[in-house]
Amino acid sequence: MINTKHTLVALVEDKPGVLNRIASLFRRRGFNIQSLAVGGSEHPGLSRMTIVVGGDSAQVEQVRKQLEKLINVVKVSDITEEDIVTRELALIKVKATAQTRSEIMQIVDIFRANIVDVSPSSLTIEVTGDEDKVNSLIGLLREFGVKEIARTGRIALTRGGGS
Amino acid sequence: MKKTGAQILCESLIKEGVEVIFGILGGAVLPIYDTFPQYPQLRHILVRHEQGAAHAADGYARATHKAGVCIATSGPGATNLVTGIACAYMDSAPMVAITGQVPRSVIGKDAFQETDITGITIPITKHNYLVTDVAELAKTVKEAFYIAQTGRPGPVLIDIPRDVQQETTEFIYPDKVDLPGYKIISRGHPAQIKKAAKLINEAEQPVIIAGRGVIISQAYDELRELAEEAQIPVVHTLLGISSFPGNHILNLGMLGMHGTGSANMAVQNADLIIAIGMRFDDRATGNTKYFAPNARVIHIDIDPAEIGKNVLTEVPVVGDIKSVLTAMNSQIERREHVAWLSQIEQWSYEYPSQEIREGEELLPQYIVQQIYDATQGDALVVTGVGQNQMWAARYFTYIKPNSLISAGGLGPMGFELPAAMGVKVGCPEEVVWCIAGDGGFQMTIQELATITQERIAVKIAIMNNGYLGMVRQWQELFYGRRYVDTKLWNPDFVKIAEAYDIPGVRVKRREEVIPAIQKAMEYPGAFLIDFLIEPEENVYPIVPPGESLARFLELSKPEVRGGKL
Repeated sequence: MINTKHTLVALVEDKPGVLNRIASLFRRRGFNIQSLAVGGSEHPGLSRMTIVVGGDSAQVEQVRKQLEKLINVVKVSDITEEDIVTRELALIKVKATAQTRSEIMQIVDIFRANIVDVSPSSLTIEVTGDEDKVNSLIGLLREFGVKEIARTGRIALTRGGGS
Repeated sequence: MKKTGAQILCESLIKEGVEVIFGILGGAVLPIYDTFPQYPQLRHILVRHEQGAAHAADGYARATHKAGVCIATSGPGATNLVTGIACAYMDSAPMVAITGQVPRSVIGKDAFQETDITGITIPITKHNYLVTDVAELAKTVKEAFYIAQTGRPGPVLIDIPRDVQQETTEFIYPDKVDLPGYKIISRGHPAQIKKAAKLINEAEQPVIIAGRGVIISQAYDELRELAEEAQIPVVHTLLGISSFPGNHILNLGMLGMHGTGSANMAVQNADLIIAIGMRFDDRATGNTKYFAPNARVIHIDIDPAEIGKNVLTEVPVVGDIKSVLTAMNSQIERREHVAWLSQIEQWSYEYPSQEIREGEELLPQYIVQQIYDATQGDALVVTGVGQNQMWAARYFTYIKPNSLISAGGLGPMGFELPAAMGVKVGCPEEVVWCIAGDGGFQMTIQELATITQERIAVKIAIMNNGYLGMVRQWQELFYGRRYVDTKLWNPDFVKIAEAYDIPGVRVKRREEVIPAIQKAMEYPGAFLIDFLIEPEENVYPIVPPGESLARFLELSKPEVRGGKL
């Protein structure tokens, strides 16, 4: 049994309390959410939720089946083993002085990230990519002094024409 | 013509075939109660505590296979339902719980008697609703009954703000539900059924473990056909009792912590476990690390999430038990299993779990046997939790399908009396015996008033040992006989019954048992017998917590014994 990160994608009804039902299920069954991102989907009235959970395959299969039992959850798939595109968006506010600003901007360019706000003492950087890319950018920026980070958590879709 | 929310609720309940509602009123459900006189076909039974309403609805549901309905006001009324809802959830009983809520304008403002009951009951309901628009009410009731009664049954709660009960709209009851996220797999996958049948045909030492799913699916005949055709011994969980005749030669009795020696030995030595409508509860499996070490496992259940939850399964079959067994039985070959059955017979001599101690004392096992003899098994038995439950489970021979109603998963003390009320109301022609402990009886004793007011003729047997008996037994066996806070001072239960206008007798000696039971049976109404049983009588066998099912303490040899594991 290998303990790995699994990516679950759930289509859920866009109704009050649905997030609470899902969070409650994870809490009471002792499942560990590493990230959860939710937003609209291609179906009106349904949201797509991307949930990253840790655990062995049997535990994650149990998570998936328990989620399927919720009436407001329409479909859940574990897409970990599939060919998928995953992305995360992060906003990073980093300390910047006249001396360091250009060096930071070079790093931002290498990562194909964007500067979305500038102040005399800071830069705010927007980056999208998989978690590794976001993590490495944050790692490089730490030496300048990271003031704040906001991350969306992973969102994912399978590659190709199918759904 | 426009109708109020309260009228829409009542008419929707009637559309769902509801005849009885257990409840108690309060400010937030007054508009609903105010409309009851317009619907005399709905019988409302006024309980004395909301927990009683929920347990009664649960008992009614289990006995009739129809959703039980209970109703309570907002705040404390709703929170008092919680134990009963949790109990129905754990034991998969269909229930629709209706609660009043404060008016919409003050929801979230900590109004008087406001509680977030939908938030509270998320983990203990199959689904729940807060109805914020009267136009949604009829659809919600339709969905609630559909969800509660289909698939793996369970409780559904509908929370209705008082002003929604008063608001008006056209009443249109939908014909069907539209629930894209609710899927029921009722027919088992043919390939899985084929695989299961192959394993069964090849097995040399198979055992069936029958659970409450067999009763819910009413697959009694199909289970019996499978067992008889392939000569497979049957053990059952506590809630699987009465899914297979108690007097059948292939019935080895209950497995688990207080299971019979032969049932537990058969499971531990099986080469194939056929688990049917059960969920491998820890009280049934003992330590799962040692559970049935040589067995391959077939698990048939309607709930896919039960597969692989506690025990690894080789062949899962998800579907309705009756449908799966019907499809599977045609592929089962006739077998004899002579060696296996004679080994099991050997165990039943070696571990005579059903023996009753000799002596003059008033023993609970003897009392339960006498209730069986007096009724010839033609009765419905309702128990609480603890020693009374185990004695009732083990010493009554359940021949009639679905004749034991017991709180298994949650195990709330105090289930017995209100649940027995619900059972009797649901099955008025049946003899209903409530077997209670003196501890549990006092947790819902107030329902004696309901029993008298509504003329509910239940027969109550209190196994009065002056202790919280099962806990005392654990203190004796596992906590060095330190009886901390388990001794009970009890009131005079016969006088209490008399004060509630219920006749009763006290029984202290063996020879008084049969006459007392006769008296109770002959009396047309409710009757109470206070049996002053041997105070420190234990339930045997017992598998100590954390042990394998093959290691149990027996009456005649109270040290851990049993086979290899």
